[in-house]
Amino acid sequence: MPITQTHELHKRRFGRNLGVALSLVGFAAIVFGLTVAKIREGASMEAFDHTPRVSITPPVETKQ
Amino acid sequence: MTDATTNTTIQAAEGEARFGDYIQLLKPRVMSLVVFTALVGLLVAPVAVSPMVGFTAILFIALGAGASGALNMWYDADIDGVMRRTAKRPVPAGKVSAGEALSLGLWLSAISVAMLGLATNWYAAGLLAFTIFFYAVVYTIWLKRLTPQNIVIGGAAGAFPPMVGWVAATGSVSLEAILMFGLIFMWTPPHFWALALFMKSDYHEAKVPMLTVTHGRAETRRQILIYTVLLVPVALGLGFTAVAGPVYLAAAIVLNAIFLKGAWDIWRRAEAVAEADAYAVEKRFFRFSLYYLFLHFGALLADAGLRSWGMA
Repeated sequence: MPITQTHELHKRRFGRNLGVALSLVGFAAIVFGLTVAKIREGASMEAFDHTPRVSITPPVETKQ
Repeated sequence: MTDATTNTTIQAAEGEARFGDYIQLLKPRVMSLVVFTALVGLLVAPVAVSPMVGFTAILFIALGAGASGALNMWYDADIDGVMRRTAKRPVPAGKVSAGEALSLGLWLSAISVAMLGLATNWYAAGLLAFTIFFYAVVYTIWLKRLTPQNIVIGGAAGAFPPMVGWVAATGSVSLEAILMFGLIFMWTPPHFWALALFMKSDYHEAKVPMLTVTHGRAETRRQILIYTVLLVPVALGLGFTAVAGPVYLAAAIVLNAIFLKGAWDIWRRAEAVAEADAYAVEKRFFRFSLYYLFLHFGALLADAGLRSWGMA
């Protein structure tokens, strides 16, 4: 059977697959919306990759 | 040959789970109550929460409740299949396997707790995790089949959502949150025991030690009255805290008077009389108990609205 042909299984499971797809899109939208809301609130925006974290970096004494 | 193939296809289609069956695992009716009470807990808190954070918090509190529902359906599939009220649930109906229900419950638990922690604070997330653990393990697995006080214990799990909503907003537990918890906790036994009085055969056949089976129906009627009497000061006490106002206090006085009268009537009734009128009083009490809880939390919301408009 060629892979381009729609199997009966695809039709039968369309509703289920659509539900899963919409749930995943919804979840992604929530994470995005939450990120925007947190940034607008002024939440901590420390980077965790390849940059020093201010809150755990020991203070450096400067010589006068 | 053709007939056999057709039959197999039809059987597979009938036995296969649809998306709605997975939704049913999450007990959407219970989730609607959780959404409402958690929303009230969040909105009456004296800390403003941004709409997006609030929406996310409520969504994942509800999802956490749904996850515990799926875990409950995984473990209780054997007794669900015996009881008329629950026989059509996805697992006993053969639409979803018990393993799938367990997997869905565990994954949704992890996602909901993590997302609530990220959206609000880890105290609220911890409380949600405890709620799921309490409902799935302490109630469903441990005590539901062991003690006739199972409803009281299960009620505690159902009572946590407004507290989780409150903690999501404020980051701490206070008297108001404890009283909102107490309101649902004390309301649950009379609510469910009234149901057990007119759905008697179900619990008996499932061998769940419901109070009606272990201690008799007269004792159940007495316990309904006792818990209702204990519920009244909790409901009225909440009226004297900062989250309540005139609307709540007026509603609480009226609703508790009616509820108390209903519990008194149930206690006074002989079983023969109740059977003769098909448990009309018990059914009326059960229906009213739904309004009772909805209106108490609705009144809290109304008072919060009045306060925000400077009218109270």
